[in-house]
Amino acid sequence: MDAAQLLNWVRGAGLQLAVFIFLLGTVWRLIEIYSLGRKPDLAEARHVSGASGWHTLWRRSIPIPGMMQRAGLTYIAGYGFHIGLAAVVLLFAPHIRLIHDLTGLSWPALPSPFVDLLAVMTLVAMLVVLAERLRQPVKRFLSTFEDWLTWAVTFLPVLTGYLAARHLLLPYTLTLSLHILSVEMLLVLLPFTKLFHAFTVWPSRWFNGDAHGRKGVAV
Amino acid sequence: MSASLARAVNVLKEVIDAPIASYFASCVHCGLCAEACLFYTETDDPKYTPIHKLEPMRRVYAQEYTLIGRLLKWLGLSKPLTDAELAEWQPLVYDSCTLCGRCSMVCPVGNDIVYMVRKLREGMAIAGYAPAGVLAATQRTIEMGSPMGVKLPALKAQIGHIEAETGLTVPLDREGAEYMVLLSSMEIINFPEYLSAIARIMKQAGKTWTLCSSAFEATNSGIQIGVSDLARVIVARIVEGAERLKVQTVISPECGHAFTALRWEGPNLIGRPYRFKVQHILEVLDELRVQGLLKTQGFEEKRLTFHDPCQLVRRGGVIEPPRNLLRMISNNLVETTDPGKYNWCCGGGGGVSANDDAEAIRLIAFKRKKTQLDAVKPDKLVTACANCRIVLEEGLEHYQMNLPVVGLTEMIADHLASD
Amino acid sequence: MSKESGLLIANLARQGVSRRTFMKYCATLASLMALPPAAGRAFAEALAKAPRPSVIWLSFQECTGCTESITRSHAPTLEGLIFDSISLDYHHTLMAAAGEAAEAARAAAIKANWGKYLLVVDGSVPMKDGGVYSTIAGISNHDMLMATVKGAAAIVAVGTCAAFGGLPKAQPNPTGAVAISELVKDKPVVNIPGCPPIPVVMTGVLAHYLAFGTLPELDKLGRPLAFYGETIHDRCYRRPFYDQGKFAKTFDDEGARKGWCLFELGCKGPVTYNVCATTKWNDGTSFPIESGHGCLGCSEPNFWDAGGFYRALSMPAEPLKVAAKAVAIGAAVGVAVAFSNRTKKTAARTGHQTATLADLEK
Repeated sequence: MDAAQLLNWVRGAGLQLAVFIFLLGTVWRLIEIYSLGRKPDLAEARHVSGASGWHTLWRRSIPIPGMMQRAGLTYIAGYGFHIGLAAVVLLFAPHIRLIHDLTGLSWPALPSPFVDLLAVMTLVAMLVVLAERLRQPVKRFLSTFEDWLTWAVTFLPVLTGYLAARHLLLPYTLTLSLHILSVEMLLVLLPFTKLFHAFTVWPSRWFNGDAHGRKGVAV
Repeated sequence: MSASLARAVNVLKEVIDAPIASYFASCVHCGLCAEACLFYTETDDPKYTPIHKLEPMRRVYAQEYTLIGRLLKWLGLSKPLTDAELAEWQPLVYDSCTLCGRCSMVCPVGNDIVYMVRKLREGMAIAGYAPAGVLAATQRTIEMGSPMGVKLPALKAQIGHIEAETGLTVPLDREGAEYMVLLSSMEIINFPEYLSAIARIMKQAGKTWTLCSSAFEATNSGIQIGVSDLARVIVARIVEGAERLKVQTVISPECGHAFTALRWEGPNLIGRPYRFKVQHILEVLDELRVQGLLKTQGFEEKRLTFHDPCQLVRRGGVIEPPRNLLRMISNNLVETTDPGKYNWCCGGGGGVSANDDAEAIRLIAFKRKKTQLDAVKPDKLVTACANCRIVLEEGLEHYQMNLPVVGLTEMIADHLASD
Repeated sequence: MSKESGLLIANLARQGVSRRTFMKYCATLASLMALPPAAGRAFAEALAKAPRPSVIWLSFQECTGCTESITRSHAPTLEGLIFDSISLDYHHTLMAAAGEAAEAARAAAIKANWGKYLLVVDGSVPMKDGGVYSTIAGISNHDMLMATVKGAAAIVAVGTCAAFGGLPKAQPNPTGAVAISELVKDKPVVNIPGCPPIPVVMTGVLAHYLAFGTLPELDKLGRPLAFYGETIHDRCYRRPFYDQGKFAKTFDDEGARKGWCLFELGCKGPVTYNVCATTKWNDGTSFPIESGHGCLGCSEPNFWDAGGFYRALSMPAEPLKVAAKAVAIGAAVGVAVAFSNRTKKTAARTGHQTATLADLEK
């Protein structure tokens, strides 16, 4: 199989398969998780402004006092890679064109050199995240094979995307194929690994914020 | 699988719900919860990472309630829960967790870790892995009515002393009173000042109140050991007493877990809302302050700092009242780092203070409190939980720190304006 | 007719084609087919001595474009002449005979040349509903194909329909169209895809067969490697622009006027194996990309269903085509697990034994 055939497969049958597994897995896992239900809380709730599930959705993105001093690098690298990833995925012109093609939705893109910069920032942040996982005793202690695998399938799309966009290292057709292929691996693994937190983080924060919010504690 | 282990798995299957499933699905192994836990920060031992303490529960969840986990179990690719494993986890789930809930504040994906530890204890306890000390306290609460074995005659004796000393009446079983006052046995035995403080404050405020002979003890070690069936028995005594005496409000004493158990878990344990209100004593005092019914005179000359009891503040939502009350009697109040809902535990909550196995680690964890206190150098430490108070006193003594610890209610009572 | 006068070279001479012109054709063909230079002469000699073979041409679900392509003669092209030089015993579009006489000619050719004739097929074969969607003289395409294949020496599937099913097989494939190679398993089948195929490719394969009595080397898809060994993209004169990253973004922008690469306008050149960029069309005049339009990829299987013609290769074909199905299956799995979980949890609750102090002792 040469690069062109690979490209034809990844953008055709391969992508279809990946999207199929991604959608199937996501719907299945969401139902599997949330159908377990939650008993209503019979204790009379307190009402304090700022203390609710909805507030926690965004507030939880900010570290509580003292945590920046204790684990600054984890936060900074975490911000760097999440924000960078979101920006290069959603604000790069070709990606917007793809979304437009699929859904009809469209929005303004960031200038490509800026996206390039963000991609480099994301890659650096992810390397820091990896180094931290190798270095810090707690992270290393908690790590399983899944942690290394999910790091790799998140890193590869950014790396191959950057190489493809900049026409670096390998022929464009090949880097583009590898980029799409790595995104497909990400899609396939997402519903079945910790990457699923992309979805569950929101209900998790809400549940936590709601439980504390009923007690009048803004978390 | 032993019968007790089978019961443990069954109980875990009962308590695992959508939030827990969502939390396990969300964890990214970032390790930040460790940085929020005093048992990790003071030992640097990764095994104290809060989310790791839940490993047995995570496996039961995966094996019972996820399709992939069930397939792996069926194929023999995931190891089933064993007694040996639960025994290994006992020190993590009981000895080195005070249910302080600080981990639930920092988890970036929003996992309410302490919610899960509380539920994991249901399984651990029924499988026979609750620590002996906590079990003994629970046994005394169920069989004698209080974790320290305090019975009604002892209370009556205290009432006699207080009435003689203050010249005030301490009403017992007075129907239709506005407030029903609960005590923790620690207050009956070690800190009788609390009850006399209540008598004086209620007198000044002109409120009717009573103690209940069938329910004067508020502490609920059923919550700490993690057995809802027993916690329900304990809380039902209070509900029965309060409804029999037709009181409007039940006042939870200066005891953090008692407040959590009665205010937040109680209605869920008995399966219906109460027909009365539950307030912590500090909430009542703050209300009286606002209504102008609580009048103080004079100020503390010493430099004060407040230790926030976890169950009262972060887990209970009583955040502002202690500070409002302290400002009535002090111009020299200093806050430690991370005050209020961000507080660090004394190290003795969640049954740890009753657990002999945990004594060594509890004193190590106290270094966190020591560091905080060393930084602000107060002359007096005020708190609002009898358990915190005992644990703080022990810790201070161990580290040879000369710092008196007082309860906020009695401090207020000492400053009551004379008519 | 003497033996000599039946040979190809004699026929060509009678039609005014000089030996020199013929040699040049053979050399070109040999180089096109990547035979060594010395092979050109051997090729010519073999070809010159070849007897006129019998060819039966069957047309099934097709548009006659392939026939148009192979017969298209501007000046008398060599391709055309070669065609005159085979014994085309049956081709219902080109033959004079009609009706029963035509069918009789086919039967006679099969009988007279049993085991030796070459069978050329264009068009796909409908298999659905007993093959009623295309019949000739009341005979279904499938029956006619199978009957004619039996005595054939080899089969040449001309055009994408015969080679891969082509347009009739495009989704939702209402007639159940299949490629010839799916029906013929016991005889060699050469695929010459293209919509239509390039004339010289068709004649080249025939010439090879005439000259050497064998079929040329084929790729995995049964296509002669000599013609389908490289992509359009590899030989495209616009390739330098691709390598420099210069792309036309619309059909009327500056890039389009300057002749930049059409990749982003959906050109399928990078994934299409054919010789259009080398031989070109209409007597070497031009080919689609040269006229300003991207390659459609017509010599590749299922090119019709490979996403839009104007969709860049970097854009996915139709990832959401299966979305509804995926969501439905995911929901079904999820609901099944949810139901089972609920049953399990209810059973756990029912099986709850109230904990007593004695239970907690280990």
